[in-house]
Amino acid sequence: MGAAFVAESLSKNYKSVRALDGVNFEVAEGELFGLLGPNGAGKSTLVKIGCGLVHPSGGRAEVCGAPAGTRAANARLGYLAELFRFPGWLTADEVLVLHQRLSDSDGGTRERAELLELIDLSRAADRRVETMSKGMQQRLGIAQALVGSPRLLILDEPTSALDPAGRRIIRALLEELKGRRVSVLLNSHLLSEVELVCDRVAIILAGRIVSEGTPDSLRAGSGVEVETDSGVKHFPDAVRDEIPAIVDRLVADGARIYEVRTTRRSLEDVYLEAVEGQTG
Amino acid sequence: MKVLLLARYVLVECSRRRVFIVVPILSAAFLGLYWFAVARVFATSEFSSVPGPFDERLVVASTMLGLGLFGSFFLGVVLIVFLTFTVARGDAEQGLLQPVVVRPLGRRTFLVGRFLGAAAVSMLYVMLIFACCVLITRGISGWSPDNVVQPALELGAAVVIIGALTLLGSVFLATIANGVTALMLFGTGLVAGLIGQIGEALDSPTLEGISRFISWALPFEALYQSGLASLTEDISGLSGFLIRLGPFGGAQESGPGLYAWTVAYLVAIGLVTIWSFRRRDL
Repeated sequence: MGAAFVAESLSKNYKSVRALDGVNFEVAEGELFGLLGPNGAGKSTLVKIGCGLVHPSGGRAEVCGAPAGTRAANARLGYLAELFRFPGWLTADEVLVLHQRLSDSDGGTRERAELLELIDLSRAADRRVETMSKGMQQRLGIAQALVGSPRLLILDEPTSALDPAGRRIIRALLEELKGRRVSVLLNSHLLSEVELVCDRVAIILAGRIVSEGTPDSLRAGSGVEVETDSGVKHFPDAVRDEIPAIVDRLVADGARIYEVRTTRRSLEDVYLEAVEGQTG
Repeated sequence: MKVLLLARYVLVECSRRRVFIVVPILSAAFLGLYWFAVARVFATSEFSSVPGPFDERLVVASTMLGLGLFGSFFLGVVLIVFLTFTVARGDAEQGLLQPVVVRPLGRRTFLVGRFLGAAAVSMLYVMLIFACCVLITRGISGWSPDNVVQPALELGAAVVIIGALTLLGSVFLATIANGVTALMLFGTGLVAGLIGQIGEALDSPTLEGISRFISWALPFEALYQSGLASLTEDISGLSGFLIRLGPFGGAQESGPGLYAWTVAYLVAIGLVTIWSFRRRDL
Protein backbone atom coordinates (compact mmCIF):
# COMPACT_ATOMS: atom_id res chain seq x y z
CA MET A 1 0.00 0.00 0.00
CA GLY A 2 1.25 3.52 -0.81
CA ALA A 3 1.26 6.47 1.53
CA ALA A 4 -2.06 8.06 2.43
CA PHE A 5 -0.60 11.53 2.10
CA VAL A 6 2.58 12.77 0.49
CA ALA A 7 3.99 16.30 0.56
CA GLU A 8 7.02 16.74 -1.64
CA SER A 9 8.93 20.03 -1.78
CA LEU A 10 5.66 21.75 -1.07
CA SER A 11 5.75 25.53 -1.07
CA LYS A 12 3.18 28.29 -0.97
CA ASN A 13 3.56 32.02 -1.33
CA TYR A 14 0.85 34.53 -0.47
CA LYS A 15 2.21 37.51 -2.41
CA SER A 16 5.47 38.30 -0.58
CA VAL A 17 4.78 35.98 2.37
CA ARG A 18 6.27 32.49 2.17
CA ALA A 19 3.78 30.32 4.06
CA LEU A 20 5.38 26.98 3.14
CA ASP A 21 8.98 26.47 2.18
CA GLY A 22 9.83 23.07 0.76
CA VAL A 23 7.86 20.80 3.07
CA ASN A 24 8.44 17.04 2.75
CA PHE A 25 6.67 14.32 4.71
CA GLU A 26 4.47 11.28 4.32
CA VAL A 27 1.57 9.86 6.27
CA ALA A 28 1.58 6.09 6.00
CA GLU A 29 -1.47 3.86 5.64
CA GLY A 30 -3.18 3.62 9.02
CA GLU A 31 -0.83 6.13 10.64
CA LEU A 32 -1.90 8.93 12.93
CA PHE A 33 0.32 11.89 12.12
CA GLY A 34 0.33 15.07 14.21
CA LEU A 35 1.25 18.52 12.95
CA LEU A 36 2.41 21.00 15.57
CA GLY A 37 3.39 24.62 15.24
CA PRO A 38 2.55 28.12 16.41
CA ASN A 39 -0.04 30.33 14.72
CA GLY A 40 1.09 31.35 11.25
CA ALA A 41 3.57 28.47 10.94
CA GLY A 42 1.84 27.12 7.83
CA LYS A 43 -0.11 24.19 9.29
CA SER A 44 -3.51 25.21 7.98
CA THR A 45 -2.07 26.10 4.58
CA LEU A 46 -0.55 22.64 4.45
CA VAL A 47 -3.79 20.82 5.23
CA LYS A 48 -5.75 23.07 2.87
CA ILE A 49 -3.38 22.13 0.06
CA GLY A 50 -4.04 18.51 0.96
CA CYS A 51 -7.77 19.13 0.52
CA GLY A 52 -7.42 21.12 -2.68
CA LEU A 53 -8.69 24.31 -1.08
CA VAL A 54 -5.37 26.07 -1.61
CA HIS A 55 -3.16 25.74 -4.68
CA PRO A 56 0.55 25.17 -3.98
CA SER A 57 3.12 27.52 -5.50
CA GLY A 58 5.54 24.62 -5.94
CA GLY A 59 6.05 20.94 -5.21
CA ARG A 60 3.28 18.40 -5.08
CA ALA A 61 0.79 16.89 -2.67
CA GLU A 62 -0.91 13.51 -3.10
CA VAL A 63 -3.80 11.83 -1.34
CA CYS A 64 -3.78 8.05 -1.67
CA GLY A 65 -1.83 8.29 -4.91
CA ALA A 66 -3.99 10.97 -6.56
CA PRO A 67 -2.97 14.62 -6.91
CA ALA A 68 -4.49 16.65 -4.07
CA GLY A 69 -7.62 18.56 -5.03
CA THR A 70 -8.70 16.17 -7.77
CA ARG A 71 -11.99 14.30 -7.54
CA ALA A 72 -10.09 11.02 -7.12
CA ALA A 73 -8.21 12.46 -4.15
CA ASN A 74 -11.29 14.04 -2.59
CA ALA A 75 -13.20 10.76 -2.94
CA ARG A 76 -10.75 9.19 -0.45
CA LEU A 77 -10.64 12.14 1.91
CA GLY A 78 -12.55 13.29 4.95
CA TYR A 79 -11.93 16.84 6.14
CA LEU A 80 -12.81 18.89 9.16
CA ALA A 81 -11.85 22.53 8.71
CA GLU A 82 -10.64 24.67 11.59
CA LEU A 83 -13.39 27.19 10.90
CA PHE A 84 -16.50 25.65 9.45
CA ARG A 85 -20.26 25.96 9.62
CA PHE A 86 -23.15 23.91 8.40
CA PRO A 87 -26.35 25.55 7.20
CA GLY A 88 -28.36 26.25 10.35
CA TRP A 89 -31.60 25.24 8.67
CA LEU A 90 -30.50 21.60 8.22
CA THR A 91 -30.84 18.95 10.92
CA ALA A 92 -27.83 16.87 11.98
CA ASP A 93 -29.17 13.91 10.00
CA GLU A 94 -29.78 16.06 6.92
CA VAL A 95 -26.21 17.36 7.04
CA LEU A 96 -25.00 13.77 6.89
CA VAL A 97 -27.48 12.92 4.09
CA LEU A 98 -26.14 15.83 2.03
CA HIS A 99 -22.55 14.70 2.53
CA GLN A 100 -23.43 11.09 1.78
CA ARG A 101 -24.85 12.18 -1.56
CA LEU A 102 -21.95 14.48 -2.34
CA SER A 103 -19.42 11.77 -1.53
CA ASP A 104 -21.36 8.98 -3.29
CA SER A 105 -21.61 7.04 -0.05
CA ASP A 106 -24.05 4.14 -0.12
CA GLY A 107 -24.03 3.82 3.67
CA GLY A 108 -27.60 5.06 3.99
CA THR A 109 -29.42 5.28 7.31
CA ARG A 110 -27.14 2.75 8.96
CA GLU A 111 -23.98 4.77 8.32
CA ARG A 112 -25.61 7.94 9.61
CA ALA A 113 -26.86 6.24 12.76
CA GLU A 114 -23.39 4.77 13.41
CA LEU A 115 -21.66 8.09 12.92
CA LEU A 116 -24.06 9.96 15.19
CA GLU A 117 -23.62 7.22 17.79
CA LEU A 118 -19.85 7.45 17.46
CA ILE A 119 -19.80 11.14 18.37
CA ASP A 120 -22.62 10.83 20.90
CA LEU A 121 -25.22 12.80 18.92
CA SER A 122 -27.82 10.10 18.33
CA ARG A 123 -30.44 11.97 20.29
CA ALA A 124 -29.80 15.15 18.32
CA ALA A 125 -30.29 13.61 14.86
CA ASP A 126 -33.40 15.68 14.18
CA ARG A 127 -32.17 18.88 15.75
CA ARG A 128 -31.41 21.78 13.50
CA VAL A 129 -27.79 22.88 13.46
CA GLU A 130 -28.77 26.42 14.48
CA THR A 131 -30.06 25.08 17.81
CA MET A 132 -26.88 23.13 18.62
CA SER A 133 -24.06 24.23 20.89
CA LYS A 134 -20.64 24.90 19.39
CA GLY A 135 -19.33 21.63 20.80
CA MET A 136 -22.19 19.65 19.26
CA GLN A 137 -21.56 21.29 15.90
CA GLN A 138 -17.88 20.43 16.21
CA ARG A 139 -18.74 16.78 16.83
CA LEU A 140 -21.16 16.83 13.92
CA GLY A 141 -18.30 18.19 11.83
CA ILE A 142 -16.23 15.15 12.74
CA ALA A 143 -19.11 12.81 11.83
CA GLN A 144 -19.43 14.63 8.51
CA ALA A 145 -15.72 14.12 7.84
CA LEU A 146 -16.16 10.37 8.38
CA VAL A 147 -19.00 10.04 5.85
CA GLY A 148 -18.11 7.60 3.06
CA SER A 149 -15.39 5.81 5.10
CA PRO A 150 -12.45 7.96 3.95
CA ARG A 151 -8.97 6.45 3.78
CA LEU A 152 -7.41 9.70 4.94
CA LEU A 153 -8.92 11.97 7.53
CA ILE A 154 -7.59 15.52 7.78
CA LEU A 155 -8.59 17.17 11.03
CA ASP A 156 -7.71 20.82 11.55
CA GLU A 157 -8.01 21.65 15.25
CA PRO A 158 -10.80 19.11 15.86
CA THR A 159 -11.05 19.70 19.60
CA SER A 160 -10.83 23.48 19.68
CA ALA A 161 -14.50 23.97 20.62
CA LEU A 162 -14.87 20.89 22.80
CA ASP A 163 -15.08 20.50 26.56
CA PRO A 164 -13.01 17.78 28.31
CA ALA A 165 -15.74 15.17 27.78
CA GLY A 166 -15.92 16.01 24.09
CA ARG A 167 -12.14 15.78 23.81
CA ARG A 168 -12.21 12.36 25.37
CA ILE A 169 -14.76 11.23 22.77
CA ILE A 170 -12.49 12.45 19.98
CA ARG A 171 -9.45 10.75 21.50
CA ALA A 172 -11.36 7.47 21.70
CA LEU A 173 -12.51 8.00 18.12
CA LEU A 174 -8.93 8.54 16.93
CA GLU A 175 -7.85 5.34 18.66
CA GLU A 176 -10.68 3.49 16.95
CA LEU A 177 -9.76 4.93 13.57
CA LYS A 178 -6.22 3.71 14.10
CA GLY A 179 -7.66 0.27 14.68
CA ARG A 180 -9.56 0.50 11.42
CA ARG A 181 -6.33 1.48 9.55
CA VAL A 182 -7.67 4.91 8.66
CA SER A 183 -4.84 7.41 8.22
CA VAL A 184 -5.20 10.67 10.09
CA LEU A 185 -3.42 13.97 9.61
CA LEU A 186 -4.12 15.85 12.83
CA ASN A 187 -3.43 19.53 13.13
CA SER A 188 -3.71 20.58 16.75
CA HIS A 189 -2.51 23.09 19.28
CA LEU A 190 -3.14 20.64 22.09
CA LEU A 191 0.26 19.05 22.60
CA SER A 192 -0.91 16.60 25.23
CA GLU A 193 -3.55 15.32 22.85
CA VAL A 194 -1.05 14.85 20.03
CA GLU A 195 1.37 13.17 22.42
CA LEU A 196 -1.31 10.71 23.53
CA VAL A 197 -2.63 9.56 20.19
CA CYS A 198 -0.16 10.24 17.38
CA ASP A 199 2.26 7.68 15.94
CA ARG A 200 4.46 10.39 14.48
CA VAL A 201 4.71 14.12 14.91
CA ALA A 202 6.17 16.97 12.88
CA ILE A 203 6.86 20.44 14.23
CA ILE A 204 6.48 23.11 11.61
CA LEU A 205 7.88 26.61 11.98
CA ALA A 206 7.87 29.43 9.47
CA GLY A 207 6.76 27.06 6.73
CA ARG A 208 9.45 24.43 7.36
CA ILE A 209 9.44 21.15 9.21
CA VAL A 210 12.09 21.55 11.91
CA SER A 211 11.56 18.28 13.74
CA GLU A 212 9.88 15.01 12.90
CA GLY A 213 9.62 11.58 14.50
CA THR A 214 7.71 9.45 16.97
CA PRO A 215 6.78 11.20 20.23
CA ASP A 216 9.27 8.94 22.06
CA SER A 217 12.15 9.75 19.73
CA LEU A 218 11.43 13.48 20.00
CA ARG A 219 11.44 13.25 23.79
CA ALA A 220 14.74 11.32 23.92
CA GLY A 221 17.78 12.69 25.79
CA SER A 222 15.76 13.92 28.70
CA GLY A 223 18.45 14.43 31.41
CA VAL A 224 19.10 13.38 35.01
CA GLU A 225 18.32 15.08 38.32
CA VAL A 226 20.16 14.22 41.57
CA GLU A 227 18.92 15.40 44.97
CA THR A 228 21.86 16.03 47.28
CA ASP A 229 22.42 17.62 50.67
CA SER A 230 23.37 20.83 48.86
CA GLY A 231 20.31 20.91 46.57
CA VAL A 232 19.13 19.40 43.29
CA LYS A 233 21.81 19.00 40.63
CA HIS A 234 20.67 18.99 36.96
CA PHE A 235 22.44 17.13 34.17
CA PRO A 236 20.24 18.04 31.18
CA ASP A 237 22.18 16.16 28.52
CA ALA A 238 22.77 12.97 30.53
CA VAL A 239 21.04 9.67 29.78
CA ARG A 240 20.10 6.81 32.09
CA ASP A 241 23.32 4.82 31.50
CA GLU A 242 25.40 7.70 32.82
CA ILE A 243 23.72 7.71 36.28
CA PRO A 244 26.31 5.49 38.09
CA ALA A 245 29.19 7.66 36.89
CA ILE A 246 27.38 10.84 37.91
CA VAL A 247 26.65 9.43 41.40
CA ASP A 248 30.27 8.24 41.79
CA ARG A 249 31.58 11.69 40.88
CA LEU A 250 29.22 13.48 43.30
CA VAL A 251 30.05 11.07 46.17
CA ALA A 252 33.76 11.49 45.46
CA ASP A 253 33.22 15.24 45.76
CA GLY A 254 31.68 14.67 49.24
CA ALA A 255 28.00 15.02 48.39
CA ARG A 256 25.32 13.00 50.19
CA ILE A 257 22.80 11.51 47.69
CA TYR A 258 19.10 11.31 48.60
CA GLU A 259 17.40 10.61 45.27
CA VAL A 260 18.31 10.11 41.62
CA ARG A 261 15.75 10.38 38.80
CA THR A 262 15.73 10.60 35.01
CA THR A 263 13.68 13.54 33.84
CA ARG A 264 11.38 12.85 30.95
CA ARG A 265 10.69 15.77 28.62
CA SER A 266 7.17 16.21 27.47
CA LEU A 267 6.33 16.98 23.88
CA GLU A 268 5.56 20.47 25.12
CA ASP A 269 9.20 20.87 26.22
CA VAL A 270 10.40 19.65 22.83
CA TYR A 271 7.97 21.96 21.06
CA LEU A 272 8.90 25.01 23.12
CA GLU A 273 12.60 24.33 22.64
CA ALA A 274 12.06 24.13 18.91
CA VAL A 275 10.00 27.32 18.82
CA GLU A 276 12.41 29.24 21.03
CA GLY A 277 15.36 27.93 19.04
CA GLN A 278 13.87 29.36 15.89
CA THR A 279 12.61 32.63 17.29
CA GLY A 280 15.03 33.30 20.11
CA MET B 1 -26.60 14.47 -10.51
CA LYS B 2 -24.79 16.58 -7.94
CA VAL B 3 -25.65 19.79 -9.82
CA LEU B 4 -29.34 19.13 -9.31
CA LEU B 5 -28.75 18.07 -5.72
CA LEU B 6 -27.10 21.41 -4.94
CA ALA B 7 -29.80 23.30 -6.86
CA ARG B 8 -32.47 21.50 -4.85
CA TYR B 9 -30.80 22.55 -1.61
CA VAL B 10 -31.21 26.18 -2.65
CA LEU B 11 -34.97 25.53 -2.88
CA VAL B 12 -34.95 23.87 0.55
CA GLU B 13 -32.98 26.82 1.92
CA CYS B 14 -35.60 29.23 0.58
CA SER B 15 -38.39 27.28 2.24
CA ARG B 16 -36.66 27.03 5.63
CA ARG B 17 -34.54 30.07 6.34
CA ARG B 18 -36.31 32.59 8.51
CA VAL B 19 -35.02 35.44 6.41
CA PHE B 20 -37.03 34.18 3.45
CA ILE B 21 -40.28 34.65 5.35
CA VAL B 22 -39.76 38.31 4.49
CA VAL B 23 -40.05 37.54 0.76
CA PRO B 24 -43.73 36.43 0.72
CA ILE B 25 -44.63 39.19 3.18
CA LEU B 26 -43.01 41.91 1.06
CA SER B 27 -44.42 40.38 -2.11
CA ALA B 28 -47.92 40.41 -0.65
CA ALA B 29 -47.38 44.01 0.46
CA PHE B 30 -46.23 45.00 -3.03
CA LEU B 31 -49.17 43.30 -4.71
CA GLY B 32 -51.58 44.86 -2.21
CA LEU B 33 -50.17 48.31 -2.89
CA TYR B 34 -50.26 47.67 -6.63
CA TRP B 35 -53.91 46.60 -6.43
CA PHE B 36 -54.71 49.68 -4.32
CA ALA B 37 -52.92 52.03 -6.75
CA VAL B 38 -54.61 50.62 -9.85
CA ALA B 39 -58.01 50.58 -8.16
CA ARG B 40 -57.61 54.18 -6.96
CA VAL B 41 -56.46 55.43 -10.34
CA PHE B 42 -59.46 53.91 -12.06
CA ALA B 43 -61.86 55.01 -9.30
CA THR B 44 -60.75 58.64 -9.28
CA SER B 45 -59.94 59.29 -12.94
CA GLU B 46 -62.66 60.86 -15.06
CA PHE B 47 -62.52 58.98 -18.30
CA SER B 48 -64.40 60.50 -21.20
CA SER B 49 -67.37 58.45 -22.31
CA VAL B 50 -67.02 59.83 -25.84
CA PRO B 51 -64.35 58.13 -27.99
CA GLY B 52 -61.43 60.56 -28.29
CA PRO B 53 -58.16 60.62 -30.23
CA PHE B 54 -56.72 58.04 -27.82
CA ASP B 55 -58.03 55.44 -25.34
CA GLU B 56 -57.49 56.96 -21.89
CA ARG B 57 -58.24 53.74 -20.00
CA LEU B 58 -55.78 51.81 -22.15
CA VAL B 59 -53.01 54.36 -21.57
CA VAL B 60 -53.54 54.31 -17.81
CA ALA B 61 -53.84 50.51 -17.58
CA SER B 62 -50.73 49.81 -19.66
CA THR B 63 -48.71 52.42 -17.80
CA MET B 64 -49.71 50.86 -14.49
CA LEU B 65 -48.78 47.40 -15.76
CA GLY B 66 -45.40 48.82 -16.81
CA LEU B 67 -45.02 49.91 -13.21
CA GLY B 68 -45.99 46.36 -12.14
CA LEU B 69 -43.32 44.94 -14.43
CA PHE B 70 -40.72 47.25 -12.92
CA GLY B 71 -41.80 46.35 -9.38
CA SER B 72 -41.60 42.63 -10.19
CA PHE B 73 -38.15 43.16 -11.69
CA PHE B 74 -36.92 45.01 -8.62
CA LEU B 75 -38.17 42.34 -6.22
CA GLY B 76 -36.68 39.57 -8.36
CA VAL B 77 -33.33 41.37 -8.42
CA VAL B 78 -33.28 41.71 -4.64
CA LEU B 79 -34.07 38.00 -4.29
CA ILE B 80 -31.43 36.72 -6.70
CA VAL B 81 -28.78 39.07 -5.33
CA PHE B 82 -29.54 37.74 -1.86
CA LEU B 83 -29.27 34.15 -3.10
CA THR B 84 -25.96 34.62 -4.90
CA PHE B 85 -23.93 37.39 -3.28
CA THR B 86 -22.17 35.15 -0.74
CA VAL B 87 -21.79 31.95 -2.78
CA ALA B 88 -17.99 31.96 -3.16
CA ARG B 89 -15.98 34.32 -0.98
CA GLY B 90 -18.69 35.14 1.55
CA ASP B 91 -19.50 31.51 2.28
CA ALA B 92 -15.79 30.62 2.35
CA GLU B 93 -15.16 33.31 4.96
CA GLN B 94 -17.97 31.88 7.07
CA GLY B 95 -16.71 28.32 6.67
CA LEU B 96 -19.87 27.12 4.90
CA LEU B 97 -18.12 26.38 1.64
CA GLN B 98 -15.17 24.23 2.66
CA PRO B 99 -17.00 21.09 3.85
CA VAL B 100 -18.89 20.96 0.54
CA VAL B 101 -16.19 21.75 -2.03
CA VAL B 102 -13.76 19.16 -0.64
CA ARG B 103 -16.25 16.49 -1.66
CA PRO B 104 -15.62 14.78 -5.01
CA LEU B 105 -17.76 17.09 -7.09
CA GLY B 106 -15.50 19.84 -8.43
CA ARG B 107 -15.85 23.55 -7.99
CA ARG B 108 -17.63 23.92 -11.34
CA THR B 109 -20.41 21.58 -10.24
CA PHE B 110 -20.77 23.49 -7.01
CA LEU B 111 -21.11 26.86 -8.74
CA VAL B 112 -23.44 25.63 -11.47
CA GLY B 113 -25.67 23.88 -8.92
CA ARG B 114 -25.94 26.93 -6.71
CA PHE B 115 -26.58 29.18 -9.70
CA LEU B 116 -29.26 26.95 -11.19
CA GLY B 117 -31.08 26.80 -7.86
CA ALA B 118 -30.99 30.57 -7.41
CA ALA B 119 -31.97 31.19 -11.04
CA ALA B 120 -34.91 28.76 -10.89
CA VAL B 121 -36.28 30.24 -7.66
CA SER B 122 -35.89 33.83 -8.84
CA MET B 123 -37.30 33.24 -12.33
CA LEU B 124 -40.38 31.50 -10.98
CA TYR B 125 -40.82 34.18 -8.36
CA VAL B 126 -40.54 37.12 -10.73
CA MET B 127 -42.89 35.54 -13.28
CA LEU B 128 -45.43 34.78 -10.57
CA ILE B 129 -45.40 38.36 -9.27
CA PHE B 130 -45.72 39.72 -12.81
CA ALA B 131 -48.61 37.34 -13.52
CA CYS B 132 -50.37 38.65 -10.41
CA CYS B 133 -49.88 42.22 -11.66
CA VAL B 134 -51.41 41.27 -15.03
CA LEU B 135 -54.41 39.68 -13.29
CA ILE B 136 -54.91 42.67 -11.00
CA THR B 137 -54.72 45.10 -13.95
CA ARG B 138 -57.11 43.00 -15.99
CA GLY B 139 -59.55 42.62 -13.09
CA ILE B 140 -59.75 46.37 -12.51
CA SER B 141 -59.33 47.85 -16.00
CA GLY B 142 -60.56 45.02 -18.18
CA TRP B 143 -57.37 45.30 -20.25
CA SER B 144 -54.50 42.85 -20.49
CA PRO B 145 -51.70 42.76 -23.02
CA ASP B 146 -51.90 40.36 -25.97
CA ASN B 147 -48.37 39.21 -25.27
CA VAL B 148 -47.78 38.19 -21.65
CA VAL B 149 -45.37 35.28 -22.07
CA GLN B 150 -42.59 37.19 -23.81
CA PRO B 151 -42.27 39.98 -21.20
CA ALA B 152 -42.45 37.41 -18.40
CA LEU B 153 -39.64 35.36 -19.92
CA GLU B 154 -37.56 38.45 -20.64
CA LEU B 155 -38.05 39.60 -17.08
CA GLY B 156 -36.92 36.19 -15.81
CA ALA B 157 -33.88 36.25 -18.08
CA ALA B 158 -32.99 39.76 -16.91
CA VAL B 159 -33.04 38.61 -13.30
CA VAL B 160 -30.87 35.59 -14.17
CA ILE B 161 -28.26 37.87 -15.77
CA ILE B 162 -28.04 39.92 -12.59
CA GLY B 163 -27.66 36.66 -10.66
CA ALA B 164 -24.79 35.60 -12.93
CA LEU B 165 -23.04 38.95 -12.45
CA THR B 166 -23.52 38.74 -8.69
CA LEU B 167 -22.12 35.21 -8.65
CA LEU B 168 -19.05 36.43 -10.54
CA GLY B 169 -18.70 39.25 -8.02
CA SER B 170 -18.92 36.75 -5.16
CA VAL B 171 -15.64 35.18 -6.29
CA PHE B 172 -13.74 38.44 -5.83
CA LEU B 173 -15.67 40.65 -3.44
CA ALA B 174 -16.59 40.41 0.22
CA THR B 175 -20.28 39.98 0.97
CA ILE B 176 -21.38 43.57 1.51
CA ALA B 177 -19.19 44.95 -1.27
CA ASN B 178 -20.66 42.42 -3.68
CA GLY B 179 -24.25 43.17 -2.68
CA VAL B 180 -23.69 46.90 -3.09
CA THR B 181 -21.96 46.38 -6.45
CA ALA B 182 -24.81 44.22 -7.74
CA LEU B 183 -27.46 46.76 -6.80
CA MET B 184 -25.36 49.58 -8.29
CA LEU B 185 -25.09 47.65 -11.55
CA PHE B 186 -28.86 47.27 -11.50
CA GLY B 187 -29.21 51.03 -10.95
CA THR B 188 -26.75 51.76 -13.75
CA GLY B 189 -28.84 49.69 -16.13
CA LEU B 190 -32.02 51.52 -15.15
CA VAL B 191 -30.35 54.91 -15.62
CA ALA B 192 -29.15 53.77 -19.04
CA GLY B 193 -32.74 52.95 -19.97
CA LEU B 194 -33.93 56.39 -18.87
CA ILE B 195 -31.11 58.04 -20.84
CA GLY B 196 -32.26 56.13 -23.91
CA GLN B 197 -35.86 57.30 -23.46
CA ILE B 198 -34.73 60.89 -22.99
CA GLY B 199 -32.44 60.53 -26.01
CA GLU B 200 -35.34 59.32 -28.12
CA ALA B 201 -37.65 62.07 -26.91
CA LEU B 202 -35.00 64.72 -27.62
CA ASP B 203 -33.85 62.97 -30.78
CA SER B 204 -30.27 62.82 -29.45
CA PRO B 205 -28.14 60.12 -31.12
CA THR B 206 -25.41 60.59 -28.50
CA LEU B 207 -27.71 59.79 -25.58
CA GLU B 208 -29.26 56.92 -27.49
CA GLY B 209 -25.79 55.56 -28.29
CA ILE B 210 -24.71 55.72 -24.63
CA SER B 211 -27.90 53.97 -23.60
CA ARG B 212 -27.49 51.28 -26.25
CA PHE B 213 -23.89 50.61 -25.23
CA ILE B 214 -24.78 50.18 -21.56
CA SER B 215 -27.82 48.07 -22.43
CA TRP B 216 -25.61 45.64 -24.35
CA ALA B 217 -22.90 45.67 -21.69
CA LEU B 218 -25.59 44.98 -19.06
CA PRO B 219 -28.20 43.12 -21.12
CA PHE B 220 -30.64 42.76 -18.25
CA GLU B 221 -31.61 46.35 -19.02
CA ALA B 222 -32.13 45.56 -22.72
CA LEU B 223 -34.30 42.58 -21.74
CA TYR B 224 -36.33 44.67 -19.32
CA GLN B 225 -36.84 47.36 -21.97
CA SER B 226 -37.77 44.71 -24.50
CA GLY B 227 -40.28 43.27 -22.03
CA LEU B 228 -41.81 46.71 -21.50
CA ALA B 229 -41.99 47.29 -25.24
CA SER B 230 -43.64 43.93 -25.91
CA LEU B 231 -46.33 44.68 -23.30
CA THR B 232 -47.69 47.43 -25.49
CA GLU B 233 -46.52 46.42 -28.95
CA ASP B 234 -50.09 45.71 -30.02
CA ILE B 235 -51.25 49.23 -29.10
CA SER B 236 -51.04 51.52 -32.09
CA GLY B 237 -51.98 55.09 -32.95
CA LEU B 238 -51.92 57.98 -30.51
CA SER B 239 -52.50 55.68 -27.52
CA GLY B 240 -49.36 53.70 -28.34
CA PHE B 241 -47.38 56.91 -28.89
CA LEU B 242 -48.44 58.34 -25.51
CA ILE B 243 -47.64 55.08 -23.70
CA ARG B 244 -44.16 54.97 -25.19
CA LEU B 245 -43.52 58.52 -24.05
CA GLY B 246 -44.25 57.50 -20.46
CA PRO B 247 -41.72 56.21 -17.92
CA PHE B 248 -42.70 52.58 -18.60
CA GLY B 249 -43.03 52.90 -22.32
CA GLY B 250 -40.13 50.66 -23.24
CA ALA B 251 -38.67 53.02 -25.79
CA GLN B 252 -35.57 50.91 -26.27
CA GLU B 253 -36.20 47.90 -28.45
CA SER B 254 -33.05 45.88 -28.89
CA GLY B 255 -33.72 43.90 -32.03
CA PRO B 256 -33.46 40.21 -32.85
CA GLY B 257 -29.86 39.74 -31.65
CA LEU B 258 -30.81 40.25 -28.01
CA TYR B 259 -31.58 36.61 -27.19
CA ALA B 260 -28.42 35.29 -28.84
CA TRP B 261 -26.41 37.95 -27.03
CA THR B 262 -28.09 37.05 -23.72
CA VAL B 263 -27.12 33.39 -24.10
CA ALA B 264 -23.56 34.26 -25.17
CA TYR B 265 -23.27 36.74 -22.30
CA LEU B 266 -24.44 34.20 -19.72
CA VAL B 267 -22.04 31.57 -21.07
CA ALA B 268 -19.13 34.03 -21.04
CA ILE B 269 -19.88 35.24 -17.50
CA GLY B 270 -20.28 31.62 -16.40
CA LEU B 271 -16.93 30.57 -17.87
CA VAL B 272 -15.10 33.53 -16.31
CA THR B 273 -16.75 32.79 -12.95
CA ILE B 274 -15.81 29.11 -13.03
CA TRP B 275 -12.25 29.86 -14.18
CA SER B 276 -11.76 32.46 -11.44
CA PHE B 277 -13.29 30.28 -8.74
CA ARG B 278 -11.10 27.33 -9.68
CA ARG B 279 -7.98 29.44 -9.26
CA ARG B 280 -9.02 30.94 -5.97
CA ASP B 281 -7.54 29.81 -2.66
CA LEU B 282 -10.31 29.16 -0.14
